[in-house]
Amino acid sequence: MTSVDVRGVSVVFPIFDAGGRSLKSHVLRATTGGRIGASSAGVSEIVALDGVSLHLNHGDRIGLIGHNGAGKTTLLRVIAGIYEPCAGSVAVEGKVAPVFDIAHGIDPESTGFENIRVRGLLLGMTTEEIASRFDEIVEFTGLGDFLRMPVRTYSQGMNARLAFAVSTAISPEVLLLDEGLVAGDSRFMEQADRRLEELVSRTGILVLASHSDAMLRKTCNKGVVMRRGRIEFEGPLDEALEHYHTSVPSAA
Amino acid sequence: MHDAALNVAATQSLPPSRMRAAWRDLAEGAARYPLWATLAWLDIRQRYRRSAIGPFWITISTGLMILGLGLLYAGLFRQRTDVYLPYLAAGLIVWTLMSALIVDSCGTFIASEGSIKQIRAPLSIYVYRVVWRNLLVFAHYVGIIVPVIAIYGVPVTPASLLIVPAMLVIVLNGLWTALALGLLCARFRDIPQLIVNLVQAIFFLTPILWSSDQLARYHAFATLNPFHHLISIVRAPMLGQAPDPVSWIAALGVTVGGLTGSFVLFARYRGRIAYWV
Repeated sequence: MTSVDVRGVSVVFPIFDAGGRSLKSHVLRATTGGRIGASSAGVSEIVALDGVSLHLNHGDRIGLIGHNGAGKTTLLRVIAGIYEPCAGSVAVEGKVAPVFDIAHGIDPESTGFENIRVRGLLLGMTTEEIASRFDEIVEFTGLGDFLRMPVRTYSQGMNARLAFAVSTAISPEVLLLDEGLVAGDSRFMEQADRRLEELVSRTGILVLASHSDAMLRKTCNKGVVMRRGRIEFEGPLDEALEHYHTSVPSAA
Repeated sequence: MHDAALNVAATQSLPPSRMRAAWRDLAEGAARYPLWATLAWLDIRQRYRRSAIGPFWITISTGLMILGLGLLYAGLFRQRTDVYLPYLAAGLIVWTLMSALIVDSCGTFIASEGSIKQIRAPLSIYVYRVVWRNLLVFAHYVGIIVPVIAIYGVPVTPASLLIVPAMLVIVLNGLWTALALGLLCARFRDIPQLIVNLVQAIFFLTPILWSSDQLARYHAFATLNPFHHLISIVRAPMLGQAPDPVSWIAALGVTVGGLTGSFVLFARYRGRIAYWV
């Protein structure tokens, strides 16, 4: 059964200045006795997540709500296994697919066909999975013979279609989205919406970080409000949005 | 000495779960070969984009360098060209692979920052990517060594077969270097500059342009130099000779030590890499 269990997770980012990044200054510090205060160590810290616990089950469609810097993206990356928590634990049952930047890894010198393969591999698809979905992806891009051309010759809209078509061809059990996946002209938007719905419907658990109420209402059934690295509210989406808009001072 | 101290300290605070996770990372990463092989191939294409002969420019430039240096130094050292030039060609292409691997290793994780933060994949794929990319480039030197062997009538003997295990040793050393240096450089950003300078110095201190036989009473320069042994085990079979067993023993020692040390380092700090890049 698909599930995500985040327990008491803290993430602290070390912020190095030039001194903290330097081997020379570390060696010098060691040879001079090393009795220098923490500030001169060249490392300061930012607490991005502070004791976050969250349990998600099959069928959960979670909207992560919060201001910039509240810890939404960091939480997504912790669930994705990109950041190992500094404290606490993360247990995920099922295949996880983080889809943050849909155009990541698209190579401008390669053709559209080649990029379908590259992007598919980066998304964690196997060669066989790519082959079995290839025709369907090609059809959805609607790019036809342009797929034989290097991607650098594409317009922005064509680029977006290609990236979107491959990135939504995955079948993960846990799907992690940052600010949704949107792009393209208005006619494409309708098709894209439908395709995104299909992707979400075949996904066990969805976690979507977004600032768009409309998008959250359309996709999610639960909301998690984050603030300064902590979970402030967890419940039905409408209540979460209400909580976010009323109780969180917008200056924070 | 310093390394050994670091390793002992790391082992003491290393729970078995971290060792297993590191091992799983390396194994699962290896299984993702379609991904890292593709990324390595794209790296090379990126470097030589829209150039008709692409990476064969490396073959041409290195070939010309070997020809020029070979004729010049054969004269300076008063050696026969048909002995000196094959020796130089074999040694120089192995050194070029090794030095490129070392310098490239500094960017194993730094250069893949985007992917590390965007996709879910074992971190070892970036290690395999660096090594594979350099092996693909190295393959272009076949276009230098084969003509040299043919033109100067270098004998092909049963000892030539030793090139296969010797290249395997080079690849294993490339793997641990890409892992260990990649990790250290992600944390300490002044190491890459240090490495570039060191590599330059090692080139002149290692018997590549000159031969260890010329050292006479300064023979320690070769015997204590791990690069000399690693180059020797590949160069000798290329020239149809059996390498000195001492070189093989030293090369294997470096390989085992390096693999062990970098595995411990990886197991200990794997979780921190995403934070550092």
